[in-house]
Amino acid sequence: MDEIDRRIINSLQEGFPICDAPYQQVAIQLGLTEQALIDRLQVLLADGTLTRFGPLYHAELMGGALTLAAVKAPPERFVEVTGIINAFPEVAHNYARNHALNMWFVIATETPGQIRQTITAIEKQTGLPVINMPKINEYFVGLKLEA
Amino acid sequence: MLDVRDRQLIEIVQLGLPVSPRPYAEIGSTLSMSEDEVIERLIRLKQNGLIKRMGVIVKHHQLGYRANAMIVWNVPDNLVKQLGGHISQFAFVTLCYQRPRQAEWPYNLYCMIHGKDRATVLMQLDQLNEFCGLAGFDREILFSRRCFKQRGAIYQRATGTLLTHG
Repeated sequence: MDEIDRRIINSLQEGFPICDAPYQQVAIQLGLTEQALIDRLQVLLADGTLTRFGPLYHAELMGGALTLAAVKAPPERFVEVTGIINAFPEVAHNYARNHALNMWFVIATETPGQIRQTITAIEKQTGLPVINMPKINEYFVGLKLEA
Repeated sequence: MLDVRDRQLIEIVQLGLPVSPRPYAEIGSTLSMSEDEVIERLIRLKQNGLIKRMGVIVKHHQLGYRANAMIVWNVPDNLVKQLGGHISQFAFVTLCYQRPRQAEWPYNLYCMIHGKDRATVLMQLDQLNEFCGLAGFDREILFSRRCFKQRGAIYQRATGTLLTHG
């Protein structure tokens, strides 16, 4: 990844035009040819630097629901509990964190009612209480990582 | 509201935009939709807020962001909005939420910092505490040890969407 790649990533994290020839428009802003931009983007997607290139949808406006949840997985059951939780297609992210509440995951479902169902199912299969922390308010951030 | 054509479009576009000179024309050709119609519908979805943003999603690790910290504070409820507003102004804060307190977990204000290393994140946390007046409140910092699962959006059967970041 060189300086030009960094500029491309930083620019495209801020948005991508919705018009006939969007790559051409971005390329002009970055001082590149359209083909050079396309070639570089294809490499960045192929090597995994970029995971996705497209829209970020607003889950709740689409009718879906999200929540943050956590469990205290006993150390001797950690692998087993991880397996159970990750097997749920509704679990979008799962992180081990350095705390007694050591497993933190995001549940994303098509309807709000399915959040409760998923939590109940996880509690039943793991035998562990799930702490549910749905968002009350979101404070706007740019969600941009400087490359 | 969304019509059938919007839903078809949403479902196709989530797979990613074609990286070729006329991406919206290409998407349209798979849906028997003109390029103009694709563009008009996407612009409307963006104006309505259903598309929060069009662009790239980066892999934190690949860009050298190896320290991922969730920081939680227990602040008085009447200050959450003001403090959340302050915290979210800092460029290194990647997410900021108010969440309900729970038994054994009294925290109500959350933020995420994705940093290059732990020392940097701890320094940034000091800045937050100092500049936002957070130093006097109980807090915890939870670094991620391992990421077991991370997937992008999956829009299922055009009825809802699954997104990153709860």
